[in-house]
Formats: sequence, structure tokens, C-alpha cells
Amino acid sequence: MKKSNSRRSFLKNISLASASALALSGCSLAELEKFFQKNFRTLSEKERKQLIEDLEAEYKQKYHKEFHLSDKPAIDGTLFGYALDISRCIGCRKCVYACVEENNQSREPQIHWIQVLQMEKEKGIDFVHSDVHYNPETVPEEGHFYLPVQCQQCRTPQCTTVCPVKATWQEPDGIVVVDYNWCIGCRYCMAACPYGARHFNWGKPEIPEEEINTEMHYLGNRPRMKGVVEKCTFCIQRVREGRYPACVEVCPVGARKFGNLLDPNSEIRYILENKRVLVLKEELNTQPKFYYFFGV
Amino acid sequence: MNFIRFVKGSVQLFFRGTKTYYAWLLFLFLLIVWGAGGYAEQLRDGLITTNMRDSVSWAFYIGNFTFLVGVAAAAVMLVIPAYIYNWKPIKEITIFGELLAVCAVIMSIAFIVVDIGNPMRFWHMLPIFGTMNFPYSMLSWDFFFLLAYLIINFVVVSHLLYSIFYQKEYRKKMVLTIVFISIPMAVGIHTVTAFLYNALPARPFWNSALLAPRFLASAFCSGPAILLILFQILRKVTSFEIKDEAIWRIAELMVYAMFIYLFFTIAELFKEFYSGTQHLLYWKYLLFGIGENKELVPYSWLSIGMGFVAFILFLIPKTRKNFVTLNIGTVLIYASVYVEKGIALIIPGFTPDVLGQIYVYTPSMTEIRTAVMIFSLGSLLFTFLVKVAIAIIFENYNIGSIRRKEESVRIQA
Repeated sequence: MKKSNSRRSFLKNISLASASALALSGCSLAELEKFFQKNFRTLSEKERKQLIEDLEAEYKQKYHKEFHLSDKPAIDGTLFGYALDISRCIGCRKCVYACVEENNQSREPQIHWIQVLQMEKEKGIDFVHSDVHYNPETVPEEGHFYLPVQCQQCRTPQCTTVCPVKATWQEPDGIVVVDYNWCIGCRYCMAACPYGARHFNWGKPEIPEEEINTEMHYLGNRPRMKGVVEKCTFCIQRVREGRYPACVEVCPVGARKFGNLLDPNSEIRYILENKRVLVLKEELNTQPKFYYFFGV
Repeated sequence: MNFIRFVKGSVQLFFRGTKTYYAWLLFLFLLIVWGAGGYAEQLRDGLITTNMRDSVSWAFYIGNFTFLVGVAAAAVMLVIPAYIYNWKPIKEITIFGELLAVCAVIMSIAFIVVDIGNPMRFWHMLPIFGTMNFPYSMLSWDFFFLLAYLIINFVVVSHLLYSIFYQKEYRKKMVLTIVFISIPMAVGIHTVTAFLYNALPARPFWNSALLAPRFLASAFCSGPAILLILFQILRKVTSFEIKDEAIWRIAELMVYAMFIYLFFTIAELFKEFYSGTQHLLYWKYLLFGIGENKELVPYSWLSIGMGFVAFILFLIPKTRKNFVTLNIGTVLIYASVYVEKGIALIIPGFTPDVLGQIYVYTPSMTEIRTAVMIFSLGSLLFTFLVKVAIAIIFENYNIGSIRRKEESVRIQA
């Protein structure tokens, strides 16, 4: 009798202790809620609004700034396209760092959504003989040209097909996005991407408080967490507001062009009409909306 | 009540054994503790503690996963020859094969869990609760197949052991049907795992139709190797009877598998080297290195060398039927396939990467420790299951003996 009594009280104590431990250790209700958060695309209007508010508050607490987090959907009648003038690019990598700042990429460990490849003029576009770590005093270097590569925003993206949890998809305006709160970090999309456009948060991403960009989009440049994949979104937080991507604005030689492929009067349509364009790895049938051309 | 008796009895069994057995348990326990320390670091700091980076985004973990899927598949496929050639202990072969399959599947899923960045979000992959990308993602297929395979094998093996334990007739028809389902499933899990890589046109190294056939052939070399050793041990320490002929027959079947594997690989190499396109680079990196980067070369030739010696030892009837040389060959072929799947399959797929850059990858200490943890936990589970199975099958560990023991204790009291 005594034995069973002590056992009962032991069980009682255990459950009490574990309950209080659960409450004390950061496993709060908010975190539990986060654990059970659904895929962004299955959220109702109300749930979305709540989520955005919660995230804004969370970022404010962390970075001590006011944030504007948008979840603006695609605008009807838009399909974004990009064109890059290979003959103008001088390989200065200004786009790389403008992108880092605009899109809140981790500074330590470093993540770059744009990779600029230095190529030998004699070999043409030849990845095997290219170099991403070129580091001379001044660019461009004799006998070389430059090929910046970022997400090619394929019309038939292989990265979204392979995702086992539908955490990444193509939006109606053609932008391929990631739900960072849903990504499990299996990196199958990185194995599938033929352009090395997807990047993984191997460690905890670090962004200095004073450098953080407070204009954000849920599917774009909001701060990421450890263990998720991220990628170029054509600056979704800008282009859905009618602005250019940061890399287009910063390019000192005007090699980067951007616009709506469905608008016959857009600059991008002018380039497709009047210049001869190419896409990378066309044999893979990814059908990029990111074109390269020779302006001069 | 009976079930509690069974669990209690089994746990007692687990802790009873010879000195060698205790040494084995201690050895596994130390490895688990050492490995878990590494995994704890990874959980705290993220996958940055591995040597994987954006260029080589899958590596040692996924290689181990692939290897273990092969082991799981081959363990059950061994039932076919046992059935066709009418080896006497077919029930025992099925039981031990399926126990191995169950452990190997659990370990392979564990390797997926340690590889993903957010293991807590694993449930996103489930149907209904999460948003499983079925049927488009090969990874969801693989997960689904592995889970089904695990359940099927677990049901069969636990039903068989359960009926022996309770001294009942097992349902022969049901067991036979499920075993016959599990055999094509075994082929299925390894094929789907091969398709996981095969389906990526971005990675020319894997984008060959021969990948799945080569997977199956190599699995048929490594999977039976474990059982070959296990059967010999069982024969020594228990009343398990398996004729020399049956063991030699397994070895003979392994030779066929090795030959097929060799043929497929030569066909692949011929196509790559004779056409000499840019896709040759990955094979070059694996076999000879590119420029200064020769990190994989020792691994690949070690694997080739061990496989070749094993092939010769198994091919010559005299060395095949000599248990010393046979066992040397068994260990060699197992090691060869392990290095091939763990290192030589995954890493060249990413080196050079899609933009032609070379990132040199070799596993970090964290990755090795985590892998050691999973392998030791798996071995511990396998030891436990085999121990209970041996007791049930050969040592009269059943409900009757337990009751009798309880009875005698009561009488004494």
C-alpha cells in the first residue's frame, strides 16, 4: 500500500516538474504555435494577417526597429523577366553586395545570391574554366569577360518539383519563392538547381542591426533562420511595388535590364525583339526568364 | 499481461550473456556517447559543423543513407534463393533477413533526419498533417516507400516471433503473401532511392539510366555479406542449422551480382571516357583528381581494389569454399560498397559544382561522429532483436517456459 502511494506521488511530482520545466524553458505557447504553423499557401486571410503582425513584433524585439512586412500577392498581368548585357558587365560585384544589403543576406557566414563568374574570352561561356574567386586590383581583367549568375526564374523550375513539402513554388508573376517557415532544409532543391542559385543557412545567419533592411516581403527578404534555403526573388518586396530590383539600380554600367514580359512596351520586350538573346543550359529545358545578350 | 511478461523477459535476456557479449555492449555504448557528443554540437550550431557547403550540399550523411537502403533491400531479397533452392532454415533466414532490414531502414531514416536543417519540421512531409509533394518529389516517394517497407517487415517478423513465442501456428498464408509483397518492395525502395539522384538533369554524374541497376547490383553484394557473417556466428553459438552448401550458394549469387555490377560500371565508363564530353569531369575527379584536387582518389581506388580482390576470392571455387578466404572476401566487398556509396557516389555528383567550381569536401569530425552514433545505435538495436529472436527460436524462450519459471518461484516462496 505504502509502495503504491509513493509511486503515485512520484508520478505526480514528475508530471508537475515536467509541466513547469516546459513552461520555464523557452517552450512557450508562442513557440508551440510556431511549431504548428501551416504552409503559407494554406493559411486563411485572417491567419496570414495575424502571422504578419506576430513576425513584425518579433523582428522589432530582435532588431529594435519598426518593420514593414508585406505579403502583397502578384499583380495581374505581370510576368517578370530579366536581361543582362554580357558585353557591358565589368565584373565589379556591386550587384552582389547591393543584393546582400537589400535582401538581408547573412554577413557571417556569408551568403551571396549573385555569383559573378570570370570567364576567358577565348573559351566563351564555359563554366568549367571559369573562376568565381577572382580578385585583382582592378576589373575588368585583360582577356576576360564576366557572367553574373543568380536565380534564372525558370518557367519549368526543377527546384520546386523536387521539394518534398511544397515549401517552394512559382508565383503567378513568375517569381520562384521559398516559405522559410515551412522549409525542412533537406536541400534537394539545391541538388536540382542547374545554376547554383539556391543557398543554405549552414549556420545561424547574422545581420548587423544598423544594416538591416526594414522594408520586407514574407516571401522575400525577411530574416531567415538557421537550416533553411533561400534564393533570389527579383527583389519581390520592390518589384511588386513597381520598383526595380536592387541589382538593376546599382549596376554602374547599366548592364542589367528588368521588366514585365507581358507588357509589349517594356524595355525587356524591346531587348527580346531587337537583340539576340541566349539562356544558360538551354538543353535542360528549364526555360529561364533570365536572358543574356550582347548589347554592343 | 502476457505482453508485459514478454517485454520483461526480453529485457532480462538482453542483459544476460558472455564476457565477449558484455564487451561488445560496452564498446557500442562508448561509441554512442562519443558520437552523440558530435551530434549535439551539430544541433546547437547547425550544419555548419559539417564540411558540406553550397557547392557540395549533400555528402556523407546522404551516402550512408543510400548504403543502408541497399542493405535493407538486399536482406529481404535473400529470401528468393532460400525459397527457390529450398534451403532448410527458410523461416530463420526470413526472420534474420527481415530483422536486418528493419534495423537498416531505421538507420537510413535516421541519416535523413540528421541531414536536414530543421528536423523538428519533419512532420511537414506527412500527408494530411503536412503538405507532402506527392507524386512529384522523389523524396516523398522514397519516404513513403521506406516507411511502408519498414511496417511490412516489422509486421511479418514480429508475427513470426510472436507465434513461436506463444507456441501457436503462424498464419502461413498471410506471412507468405506479405513476404512476396516485400520482395518487389525491396527492389522498389532501392530503385526509388536511385531515382532520387537519377531524376536531376542538373547533375550529369547521376543522370544515367544505369544508376538504378548499378544500385541494385551493388546492394546484392553488400547486403548478403552481413548475413553471411551472421549465419556463421549463429551456427557456432546456437542450434541454428545452415548447410555449408547454402552459404556457398549465397556467395555464388554474390559473384553474379559483382559481375553484373562490374559490367554495368564498365559500360558506364566506356560511354563517358570514349565520348569524352565535359561530363567526364566528375569521373575524372573521382578516379584521377582534377589538377591539384586529388582528395577522392585514394577512396575510389581503395574501393575498387577491395571490390576486385573480393570478386576474385568469390569467383574461384576453391577460395569461395574456404571459410577463411570467404570471410576475407565478405568483409572486403562490404567495405568496398560502403566506401563506394558513402563517398564515391555522392561527392563527385557535386564536384565540380553546377557552375564549374571545385569545393573540396571530406567529412568533418562532426559528420563522422554522428554517423558512428547512428551505426552503433543501429547495431545495438540489431543485437537486441537478434538476441531475443535467437532465444525464441533456439533456446526455448516462450510463454510456457516463463509460466513454469513463475510457478516454481511461487512454489519456493
